[in-house]
Amino acid sequence: MAALGAGAFCLLALAPFAWLVLTSFKTQLEVTAIPPTLWPGGSLEFYRSALTRYGLMHFVLNSLIVAGGTTVCTLCLGVGAAYALARLRVPGRPWLMGALLLVSMFPQISLAGPIWRILQAAGWLNTYQGLIIPYVTLTLPLAVWILTSYFSELPRELEEAAMLDGCGRLGALVRVILPLAGPGVFTAAILVFIYAWNEFFFALLIMTRRAVQTLPVGIALFQGQFTIPWGEIAAASTVATAPLVALVFLFQRRIVSGLSAGAIKG
Amino acid sequence: MAVMAPRRGEKLLAWGLLLPCLAAVCAFAFWPIVYSFVLSLHRIVLGLPGLGEPFVGLGNYARLLADPTARSSAGITLVFVAVSTLCEVALGTLMALALDRSFRGRGLVRAAVLVPWAIPTVVASQMWRFILNDRYGLLNWLIFGDQVGSYRAWLAEPGWALAAVIGADVWKTSAFAALIVLAGLQTIPRELNEAAALDGAGSWQRFRHLTLPLVLPALAVALVFRTMDAFRVFDLVYVMTQGGPANATNVLQFYGYKKMFAEGFMGYGSAVSVMVFVMVLAVSLLYLRLVGRRLLRGDAR
Repeated sequence: MAALGAGAFCLLALAPFAWLVLTSFKTQLEVTAIPPTLWPGGSLEFYRSALTRYGLMHFVLNSLIVAGGTTVCTLCLGVGAAYALARLRVPGRPWLMGALLLVSMFPQISLAGPIWRILQAAGWLNTYQGLIIPYVTLTLPLAVWILTSYFSELPRELEEAAMLDGCGRLGALVRVILPLAGPGVFTAAILVFIYAWNEFFFALLIMTRRAVQTLPVGIALFQGQFTIPWGEIAAASTVATAPLVALVFLFQRRIVSGLSAGAIKG
Repeated sequence: MAVMAPRRGEKLLAWGLLLPCLAAVCAFAFWPIVYSFVLSLHRIVLGLPGLGEPFVGLGNYARLLADPTARSSAGITLVFVAVSTLCEVALGTLMALALDRSFRGRGLVRAAVLVPWAIPTVVASQMWRFILNDRYGLLNWLIFGDQVGSYRAWLAEPGWALAAVIGADVWKTSAFAALIVLAGLQTIPRELNEAAALDGAGSWQRFRHLTLPLVLPALAVALVFRTMDAFRVFDLVYVMTQGGPANATNVLQFYGYKKMFAEGFMGYGSAVSVMVFVMVLAVSLLYLRLVGRRLLRGDAR
């Protein structure tokens, strides 16, 4: 019974996306056929066309730069903040954690106009840093919550021993705590990367020039001359999603623990 | 004094570590909230910088109250939030119950269920738009087969379009609710369930009187997170319907975007965005009263 339910949920979760992947391997004729072609002939026509006519590779590259940059920046800031919150005496700690939680609940539309104006004044519209900055801000709360919960679980004696051995606080953080909290840092990194890779709203506002647009913007704005290029959209979507599906299947356990640490334990 | 020195150093270190994070959050999250209120008190038209940015007081809000599109937008947003959130938490709970049993390949099943959560929302939107296509969409074929004459343009009918956007959101995010409920389920000791079963409680009775009350806090957390996220729906609407047909899916976040960036009314759009913020704030205060201080209490240990 439970297995049946689990099977049904798997089917519901995977089948629609599988249809998109199958579509990406069809030919134009197969896509528009009625009844639909269930099994494609295995053509790579759409991938070729997405690469050459729609510049798929440069969207991928932009996404890698923005998502990678965001992940590095967020973790650098997040590790420090989380260590301070987990280990050092910070007055008003519950308030700070609450304020971070609040930020993660802000509707983006309430930030959009002001952030756009700030970036415009700085001349940072259509630049990588212009998109990375809001992403870092919006992913910091999640990263700090996850990291704080991981840091708090490590025994204090470890750093105390390191500090007796002549490490400073900072030395203890870098040499003892970080390696031990490696899984936590990695979990936060995966979640931040997925967020930045998938984000669309700010990318749409800030990146109006094609040369700097990320994958979601590219996929949303794919437009043929007369028709919607479903095949190319499916091919680009498959490329955009494949790394995420790989991450999910490889690190399912970490993602689950990270999401529930961010939401429940906190 | 010897004790004071390291303690003071520690304090400095703490603030040194916290400062970059807090600065980023203040400059790009808290300040924008204030700034968007300031913007909403001015008339700012992006395409016409020659007009300047005159202060108009609450003029934009007066227009907002008289704007029928904004009002219907607010209603659609509330319907979207209420229906999608309830469906997600209900479906998520069912999923969590199915995933909580131990069976072979459970890890794989969990990963499979998580796939919709990980897929970029834009990709999910294009996927559903394709499946719902009026000519070669899979759904039409599944329902009507070869009777091409009866094929429907789902996204062109107001009721179906809203249902489609809600359905796509439920498909994408139920797994997130499931994870949170699952984490709650796993804190319940197995022995409790086994003891109740020995005492002759049926599975519905066990769920109703044992599991449900114990998992209620996790359900509440899932509800809060999903509600706040549902207010942010944008990608689905942008790709699937552009707010249409006839504004049937014109949620506030999309309406604000359209006013601000497509039409260039930065001042009026900011008034819309302040309204969204106030709605979210009101709902979260309501939840805080209902759920209590659970969310903050957890970390104060």
